[in-house]
Amino acid sequence: MPQFDPSVWSPQIIWLIVSFVALYYIMSRFVLPRLNEILEEREFRISDSLRRAENLKQEAEQAVAAYEQTMADARAKAQAQIQASHERAERLAAERQAELGDRLVDEIAAAEARIAAARTEAVAGIRDMAADVAGLAVEKLVGTRPAAENVLAAIDDTLKRAS
Amino acid sequence: MASPLEQFRIKPLVDISVGGVNASFTNSALMMMITVVGVSALLYFSMRQRSLIPGRMQSIAELSYTFVANMLRNNVGAEGRKYFPFVFTLFMFVLIGNMLGMIPYSFTFTSHLIVTLGMALVVFIGTTTIGFMKHGLHFFHFFLPHGTPIYLAPLLIPIEVLSYLTRPFSLALRLFANMTAGHTLLKVFGGFVAGLGIIGIIPLAAVVALTGLELLVAFLQAYVFAILTCIYLNDALHMH
Repeated sequence: MPQFDPSVWSPQIIWLIVSFVALYYIMSRFVLPRLNEILEEREFRISDSLRRAENLKQEAEQAVAAYEQTMADARAKAQAQIQASHERAERLAAERQAELGDRLVDEIAAAEARIAAARTEAVAGIRDMAADVAGLAVEKLVGTRPAAENVLAAIDDTLKRAS
Repeated sequence: MASPLEQFRIKPLVDISVGGVNASFTNSALMMMITVVGVSALLYFSMRQRSLIPGRMQSIAELSYTFVANMLRNNVGAEGRKYFPFVFTLFMFVLIGNMLGMIPYSFTFTSHLIVTLGMALVVFIGTTTIGFMKHGLHFFHFFLPHGTPIYLAPLLIPIEVLSYLTRPFSLALRLFANMTAGHTLLKVFGGFVAGLGIIGIIPLAAVVALTGLELLVAFLQAYVFAILTCIYLNDALHMH
């Protein structure tokens, strides 16, 4: 085998050293720092973006929380207002009702009084007129006019019986 | 027909002699140089755009970086960072050397024991030096693991020393043997294809399958070489 011919060992060893050292120098001096830089920059960018995303997410969550708080406050306030106006309306309605009731009672009382007066008046008129008519009728029939008191007494008696 | 071993012959391209030592630029040296230039160009130019979202070529460069970085991190830990350029260079050198060897009529420098032994000895001497620099003479405790009964020491220490000393040879032989055997097999089957006429389609199919296998072996052996380097480094830094 050519591998075991000692005459070709020295050139191979020498050129192995030359090429390996050259490759080591190029790698450690130019290639690896550059690769490392690129990879680190990418890692930095990724972690930076992740951190920013995390921040934005937190901000969004805060905004949502604030919005919900505002909504809840507004809803509570609206509820309170509705409640208040409802109560006021009820109170007002009750007051009006009471007032109206009082007035109606008064008016009814007044009307009843008026009716009673009118009735008394009417009844009195009927009595006088009946007395006149009765007096005249008796005069026509009998020729003498009866005493007013007797006629009135008779009428009263009749009215009493009629009512 | 040429012998299946013909492909491993070293052919001098430029005769050079330094102080009486043969330092000729050979086909092996040419492939090493192509590997150096190829790896450097591939990695350097694929990152020219430095894009945040990598393209196809940049992905290759980044993948090889993270692959070796993870290998080193998992096997050695944070202390291994210092040796990352060395392990990366070693992995890329062996990997691309193996892969370039798969091109027909090219030359596989990793199929030469002297080359793999050279790299394995650098790893061995390097890790041993690191071990002694970090732990001083305590590094000898490596040969007697903690919790071993003292009466086993006469048996265990020679075994441990021997297994430690054979490391560079097993490391070198594994890569050399895999590459040599695979390429020889390909050549043998290739010879059958030409010799058998129409029936040659059977060895041809075998050659196709073996080529796929060899590509896997080319990657796997580079990986094994690099990961064993990491393990030896870990032994040197953290003992057992």
